[in-house]
This record gives sequence, C-alpha cells and structure tokens, in this order.
Amino acid sequence: MSKMMFWEAIQRAYDEEMTNDSLVFCMGEDIGVAGGTYKATKGLYEKFGSERVMDTPISENGFTGLGIGASFLNVRPIIEIMSVNFSWLAMDQMFNTAAKVHFMSGGQLKAPIVVRSPGGTAHQLGAQHSARMEKVFMGIAGLRVVTPSNPRQAYGLLKSAVRCDDPVFIYEHELMYNMQGEVPDTEYFHPLIGSEIARPGGDITLFGYNISVHWCLQAAETLSKQHGIEAEVIDLYALSPLDREGIVQSVSKTHRAVIVEEAEPAVGVGAEVMAIINEECFYELDAPPVRVSAANVPIPYNHTLEKSVIPNAQDVTAAVLKVFGQ
Amino acid sequence: MNSDVKKRLLREMLFARRFEERCYEAYVERKIGGFLHLYPGEEACAHGVLEAANCGHDYVITSYRDHVHAIKCGVDPKAVMAELFAKEAGCCKGLGGSMHIFGVEHRFMGGYALVGGPFPLAAGIAKGIQMKKGNEICICFLGDAANNQGTFHESLNMAKLWNLPVLYVCENNLYGIGTRIDRSTAVVDQYKRVSSYNIPSNQVNGQDVELVYEAATQAIEHVRSGKGPYFLELMTYRFRGHSMSDSNAYRPKNEERVWGKRDPVIMFRDRLIETGEITQEDFKNMDNEILEEIEQEIIRFADESQEPSMELLDKYVLVENDPYVTGGSR
Repeated sequence: MSKMMFWEAIQRAYDEEMTNDSLVFCMGEDIGVAGGTYKATKGLYEKFGSERVMDTPISENGFTGLGIGASFLNVRPIIEIMSVNFSWLAMDQMFNTAAKVHFMSGGQLKAPIVVRSPGGTAHQLGAQHSARMEKVFMGIAGLRVVTPSNPRQAYGLLKSAVRCDDPVFIYEHELMYNMQGEVPDTEYFHPLIGSEIARPGGDITLFGYNISVHWCLQAAETLSKQHGIEAEVIDLYALSPLDREGIVQSVSKTHRAVIVEEAEPAVGVGAEVMAIINEECFYELDAPPVRVSAANVPIPYNHTLEKSVIPNAQDVTAAVLKVFGQ
Repeated sequence: MNSDVKKRLLREMLFARRFEERCYEAYVERKIGGFLHLYPGEEACAHGVLEAANCGHDYVITSYRDHVHAIKCGVDPKAVMAELFAKEAGCCKGLGGSMHIFGVEHRFMGGYALVGGPFPLAAGIAKGIQMKKGNEICICFLGDAANNQGTFHESLNMAKLWNLPVLYVCENNLYGIGTRIDRSTAVVDQYKRVSSYNIPSNQVNGQDVELVYEAATQAIEHVRSGKGPYFLELMTYRFRGHSMSDSNAYRPKNEERVWGKRDPVIMFRDRLIETGEITQEDFKNMDNEILEEIEQEIIRFADESQEPSMELLDKYVLVENDPYVTGGSR
C-alpha cells in the first residue's frame, strides 16, 4: 500500500491499462496537451501520443458517440467528460446507443466504453456547473454506474471498467481529486457491483456514496463519541445495479437507515434505497428510513446560500438523532 | 461493370423492391408490428454504393430504413424477415425489429432509430479501423434530414480533423418525415454543406445505379487511400410514405408522377433490354423467381419460426458472466 492522491490513482489506472492493451485510448476536452482539468490524464499525451490521447473538440455527444462506435470494434475508449453538467449533451449516445445496442442487436454488438465525469457542487460554480446527475444515469437499463469515494476505488473501478464489456459510467467529485488515500501497490481490480462497509456499527445504517460517504463517516464519529450511537456506514460505490443484498444485510442488523445524497431528493439514490428496504426488509425496521438530500433548487452562486442547500455531516448527525427521537 | 454484374445487380434491386412490397403486405396482415420504413424508389443508392464497396470487409451502418442495406451486405433475407416477424430466428432474435437490423458477422453494424445517431458511430468505427491499422472503410448511409442534427457537424469536424476512413452517403429523398427539404433546411444542396469542413463531396443522380456505382467507386478509392472522409449525396425519392403510419398527403401528386418515372429498377431494366443484355421475358422470369422465393422460402421461414423465449429478456441487458464485474480477471 502507498498513499496517493485521487487524481494520481486515476492516472495510474490509465497508464497501466494503456500500457497493457494498445487498443485502449482516451479522449476528452483538454486531456492531452493540457494534461486534464483535474490532472487525471497528466503525462499520458507525452507517453502515448495524440492517436491514443485525443484532445477533442467541445462536442460531447459527438465524441461520446465516436467512442461508442470505436468500441464496436473492441477498441476501448476511456472518455472524460470535463464536467457532469456537460454529460447531459452526451446522453443521447450513452442512453440510446451504448446502453441498448447489445440488447437490440440480439447480443451481436457490445459497447465497452468507459465514461468518467466529475460533478457535484464545488465552490461557487453556479447553477450550470454544480449538477449532481447520478440519479439520471442509474435509471437506465444496460448501463453500469459506479462512483468512487477514495483513491483505491478510483483506481480499481477504472481498471475493471476498462476491461469490462459493458458500458460503464464513473461519477467522480470535483472536490475529491486531491484527497489522499491508500492504494495497493500491486494491480487491483475493484468489483463493479456490491457495496463496502466503510465503518461497522450495530445501531443504525448510514448509506452514502462518493462524497457523502465522508459526511457519513464524520457523523458516525460524532454519534459514537457524543451520543453513544454506533453507526454502520455503507459505501454504495455501485449505483447501478445497487447492492440489494448488502442493503438488506445491514438494515437487518441495525434496523434503522439514513440515506445521504448530495443530490436533490426526487427520484434519487435515497428514494431507490428506501424502495429496496420497503420491498426486501420492511419488517426489520424499528423506525422509518430517512434521507438527507440537497434542497430541491438550482445551485446558487452566493457561497452562504450554496452551502445551505447541500447537506453536510451535521445534517447527517441531526437526522440520526431524530430517528432515535433525540 | 460487365454484363453479368449488371444482371445480378438488376436482380438484387428487383429482389429488394419485392421484399419491401411484401413487408408492406405483412404489415397490413399485422405480422409485422411497430414502425416500418420501406425503401422502394431508393434501391439504386444502397446497391450502387455497396457494389463498389467490399461488403463483408468494409463496415456499414445506417438509419431505421435498413432492410435492404443489411441484405446487400450479406445478411440472410430469411433472418431479416424473421426479425420483422419478431421471431427468435430473426437476425436479432426478435429483440431489434425493423429499425434495428444487425448483421455483425457481415460487418453490417446496424440500423439506428435516432435521426443522425449513426454519424459519430461511423466516425468511431473508422477510428477503430485506424487504430487497428486495417484497410477497411466505414460507410454510413443517412437521409438528408439527419444533416440538421448537431451530430452531423460534430462528426464531420472530427472525421476531417483526425483523417478518419469514413464515407458518408446522403440519401436525399427530399423529405424529412413529412417536411420538404426547402422548408426545413437553409441550404438545399447537401453536398455544399460539407465544404465548410474541407471534406470533398459529390452529388449524383441516385436513381441511376451505374452513376451511383461510378461516383461511389471514386469516393471509396479516396477514403481507402488514406485521404480521409468523403461525402456523397444521392438524389432520390421514396415511393411510399416515411413509414407505414404516414398518409403521404404532403407531397404534390405532380412531384410523385415525375419521380415515379425515374424508377431505378425500371430504368435499369429498360437500359439492359435496350442494350440487348436481357429480354423482357428474362425480366419476367426473374421477377417470378423472386416472388416465388419470397413467398415459399422467406415468408414461410418467418412464419414457421418460433416466438423468442422469455429467457432472452435478461440475457442481453448487460454482458453475461463478465469476470471484471466481480473484480476477477479473465
């Protein structure tokens, strides 16, 4: 194990996968000569050249479609969409083609693409650069959606996504690229399904993914130290398909659940996890599940207002105390 | 083009016409469901271009009006008809339908139902060819109305920028569903629109299979020799509505009469009779054989095929048993 930053872990996965297979290539805006907005592709252009590290025009739907077409020949593109807000433009190709072509061709074609895109609310980026879009992608059959919460996952999920024959969307967070964490020194492929117990506990389950795992972990510490409540934190790194079994297992142990998401509540991860709990283990519950979500508004520019609409660890702590009637 | 090739091409075009007409009847009989977009009137486009290509070696991709392109690429017409009948013996096991015919073993990469969707896919297939250092090209057939999608401009730009081996064939049938081209499109001549991307282009009569073949031969030579993309506009006309649900009320009768006289099958037949390469009798025999084949072999096959099993539903949503899903290795 060695410590590295989130962006370094991604860059290492690129480097290894492109070295391993000459048919892996990457594309995106500013990823080559400029080295990538968040440095995830730093040094690759110099090492692998312009044919395999392609600076694209600002044509998200076009270059995503181009990547999908290339993947029909088992050439494997890793497509970076600079901001998840721009990925809306590529939804046509991702949803209408990549997610459906294996099915509608009766299994004849596969679209083994990887699309990585950073999103979330950073600092005062305004309404059109602060989207949290995971809910949209996880609702589409035929697409895998994963989201790393630490450098180890960022590395291992990208490695598996490149080799997996399905189209995989990787949702990253703009605030997390400089986060440090342990990454195995040897090659490591992270599963694209399942969930992880980020912190074991017996009193309540906190479900988080991506940045909200960290809010859950902070809240769990406060709850343990100040209130004697031991929260289990489940990291839902796989958003589609969601880990039904893992969700049921934890709730059956703790009998209480809080789901924490950075996105607006409607039709989101919280709603989906609650539905799974309802369908699979309703009678295990000692209290109604609760979700902690963003306010249902576009993200404001003003920093005080911006902070007020996005949840944090204190909101998670407060929600848990409420579940316990405190 | 020698005489044998001409006779074979005439037969293929007549077969395509009869096949599509039979689809129309099967739709009326409710054996074919959903949307059905037919090709009569445009046969010289697919046949002229693909005769000049190396089918089975070159990649072909198109829109939802795709039966004839698939068959010309080598997909078994029985499997196409069975697909239209939604049967398990269909080329896509009954999961695709008329708008999604695929024949990947013949490098027919499919029919797609979002107008303009295949533009970037074709550029991507060409990128794949380039990375594998193959000498194939990708040929993308789309209608004129697709050129008003953003993907048209995005793809032409990237194809030229990266010198990709892709031939875009525009089958200009003058209508985008029910709207005439001059009412939807500021520049009516489509070949002119690609000049802003420095892509060479040509516009030819798409009703004359020999002219199409000639123009396509030049275009394919350009692309295959590594000179980058090419755009070929074929002026054509569909003899029926956009799809079966189209009343076709928007086209002036006079226009239909004029184009009706430019029937690509009849024009080619008459030319071969004039040159003495076939007789009226030969053509009649050919037609009867085709009608017999469609009825006795193709329709019968599709009729007698089984319904797909429910197990197919789960089989192709995601790739089965991929070891990397569980973090394993192959």
